[in-house]
Amino acid sequence: MSAIQPPEHRIWWKQPVEPLEITWIVVAFIWCIFMFLMMPYWHVFGKQNLANEAYRTTPEAYTTKTQAMVDKHKVREEKFKVGEAELTIPVVRPPAGSDVYLIARLWQWWPMLELESGQTYRLHLMSMDWLHGFSLQPENINIEVHPGYEHILTVQPTTPGTYSIVCNEYCGINHHTMASKLYVVAKK
Amino acid sequence: MAINRMFRTCPMTGLRVHESAEALIKANAVAAVVFLLLGGILALLVALTRWQAVHLLPPDWFYLVLTGHGLDMLVFWIIFFEIAVLYFASSILLGCRLAAPRLAWFAFFLMLAGGIINNYAVFRGDSSVMFTSYAPMGAHPTFYLGLILFAVGALIACFVFFGTLVVGKAEHTYNGSVPLVTFGAVTAAIIAVFTIATGAIILIPTFLWSVGLVDHIDSLMYRTVWWAFGHSSQQINVAAHVSVWYAVAAIVFGAKPMSEKVSRGAFLLYILFLQLASAHHLLADPGLTSNWKIFNTSYAMYLAVLASMVHGLTVPGSIEVAQRRKGYTKGLFEWLRKAPWGNPVFSGMFMSLLGFGFLGGISGVIMGTEQLNLIIHNTIYVPGHFHATVVIGTTLAFMAVTYFVIPAIFRREVSFPKIAQWQPYVFGIGMTMLAVFMMGAGTLGVPRRHWDITFAGNALGYEFPGTAHLMMGLMGIGGVIAVVGGAMYLLVVVHSVFLGRRIETPGFQRVRVVEGMAPIPVPQPAGAAPQAHGGAQAWGAPGTFALAMVFLVSFVLYYFINWKYLATVWPLK
Amino acid sequence: MADPARDDGLTADELDDGIPFMQQLLDNPFILLFLGVVTPTVLYVIWGVMEIVGIPVAK
Repeated sequence: MSAIQPPEHRIWWKQPVEPLEITWIVVAFIWCIFMFLMMPYWHVFGKQNLANEAYRTTPEAYTTKTQAMVDKHKVREEKFKVGEAELTIPVVRPPAGSDVYLIARLWQWWPMLELESGQTYRLHLMSMDWLHGFSLQPENINIEVHPGYEHILTVQPTTPGTYSIVCNEYCGINHHTMASKLYVVAKK
Repeated sequence: MAINRMFRTCPMTGLRVHESAEALIKANAVAAVVFLLLGGILALLVALTRWQAVHLLPPDWFYLVLTGHGLDMLVFWIIFFEIAVLYFASSILLGCRLAAPRLAWFAFFLMLAGGIINNYAVFRGDSSVMFTSYAPMGAHPTFYLGLILFAVGALIACFVFFGTLVVGKAEHTYNGSVPLVTFGAVTAAIIAVFTIATGAIILIPTFLWSVGLVDHIDSLMYRTVWWAFGHSSQQINVAAHVSVWYAVAAIVFGAKPMSEKVSRGAFLLYILFLQLASAHHLLADPGLTSNWKIFNTSYAMYLAVLASMVHGLTVPGSIEVAQRRKGYTKGLFEWLRKAPWGNPVFSGMFMSLLGFGFLGGISGVIMGTEQLNLIIHNTIYVPGHFHATVVIGTTLAFMAVTYFVIPAIFRREVSFPKIAQWQPYVFGIGMTMLAVFMMGAGTLGVPRRHWDITFAGNALGYEFPGTAHLMMGLMGIGGVIAVVGGAMYLLVVVHSVFLGRRIETPGFQRVRVVEGMAPIPVPQPAGAAPQAHGGAQAWGAPGTFALAMVFLVSFVLYYFINWKYLATVWPLK
Repeated sequence: MADPARDDGLTADELDDGIPFMQQLLDNPFILLFLGVVTPTVLYVIWGVMEIVGIPVAK
């Protein structure tokens, strides 16, 4: 009977299924398995994967490490006008292969990074307060940034240029002002 | 308290309608529509703000309105309507009395109180924390309290539904298994129980935290458990609107399921695996391993996607079989061309099916692929996806079925039939534009939940490409068209329900039924060979199969386009 | 398959004999409720929470 009435046959489980449906189920199932295998495949052969490396830590400990990096590798300071406020942000140029720290906090990314293209860096991300979203434009790489969890990714910038980091996790009334730059310079 | 056993027989459908169930369906449906109205007004304000050329609201109001829009639509409108669907699919389709109507009324008022309290918190202005209310960003305690009361009410309603199944079976009001649509409603109710349980696990501590009794809520723990609630609540919708598709196919065409076994098996895959997709939201988060992410985000090897692909074939397939039986057999698509496109019950349902499959379904799988999520997470692609699933899929299906519910349950004629006829098209087209352009803008990196992507006055801001602004403008236009479609729906529904012409049936009466109504089952003769019930011939729905192949090809192409795009971004590991 | 009905005097319960296991499962909303709550609770919630609890502390 129709779908709003009980099945016509008491034992409907044993009714044969039409070849049309069976064909579709088989085709769809193969596609599903393919899509499933695509993810482990990319972990082995692809180049863009999120790391599983993360640690539980405190804002104080993370700030200390970030400050140490800034003290050691600061190359200059830049001033920006954000609304009424004038911000002075240090620009840091850490050596290739080193640990690079980025702090997300209401409503700022700190410090500013200058990386060399073609080199790899261990980028650490953590928030000091609420959730933030690391959104690198125009690459369009998007990563969630948590308070209390230090997330470590190995990144390799490709093309030199000035990139932007936008916050794309809603973090309160000035969320839309939270943005920063990331410089990628050619390898010397 | 005596049990109300008063029934009437619906002259349109022959269904036996229990008096208490009828009143409760009306109350829940009306409450749903009130929240849709509120959410719709907020929707217009959101669309007109994100359309940068208009940029209507200041930031504090924008974030407030966006929070209210999310909650009123995703929670209050949809779940109230789903409770009405659950009562319909149990009491009315089984022809039995609703279990515990007084408890059902208690649930209704609890949900209503929860909805009002939560809206109060949002409009106070200190709870603009979005639908997701990610701790440690805090809202006013009444924000969580409202949600908790609403959830408890909805949980009670789910158990009234399960109780009604028990009543129907005990009083023998039907023979054999429950109808397929009721089975779909069982699926929705099961997912709802899981949803509400996880909601309680996370929202109760968060409420206690907001009043100072708990001192820390871990952000990652919150996101993980909250999404078991937040995402699953949208999976209730999937099960509910798929049931509505089957119901519309049966009501409009008298279509029979192609195979009970296949359709119910697909619902079983939903019951087991659909909720795992909550992991879609955590693919860009630290700390959870790729094993957990891959297994959960793929609903255990995409078995729930398989189920949706099966429903996507069997619903139009059963319509095709029914139409071909009526003589629309020319070519591959005469059955579809000659379908009643002027009947909003059908046109709304069919657009829901296409939009959910082509736009919502494909984009959902793409976003839910562990690595592809990197180029999509938290961009406006995400709301683009869920406006295709929840609005074109669920809301449009619910709108369509309303045009059946008004005469069948409210016993009023549908007012302004011309407007009703055009409504699904206006709404569907507007919402399709909105969803498509949101996805387009998301591909260019435009963030969701963002007041100003021009970063006016901010020297650190990013300049999005012109195309992104163009797409956001077209998104705004689509949103306005959809709001017009929504207003047409509200006009027709409110006018029909309160001022519409009553459908008078001569000799109408309610009959007191002592117990049970189904005839004693006729035993099947021994050795009667079971046969497939749908198709007369073995390959009964070639047109649907062709459409399914078009779907698969689009799916495969779009899937690989996204991988190709991913391969060009910075290497990460 | 056992013939479910030999005469007209059978009760519904007796008619249920001979119904395949999978159909009996699908006809029982409470077993399905159990499965539908336990499966995601174990695979998503418990597994996920265990992983979060197991995140090491930074040096």
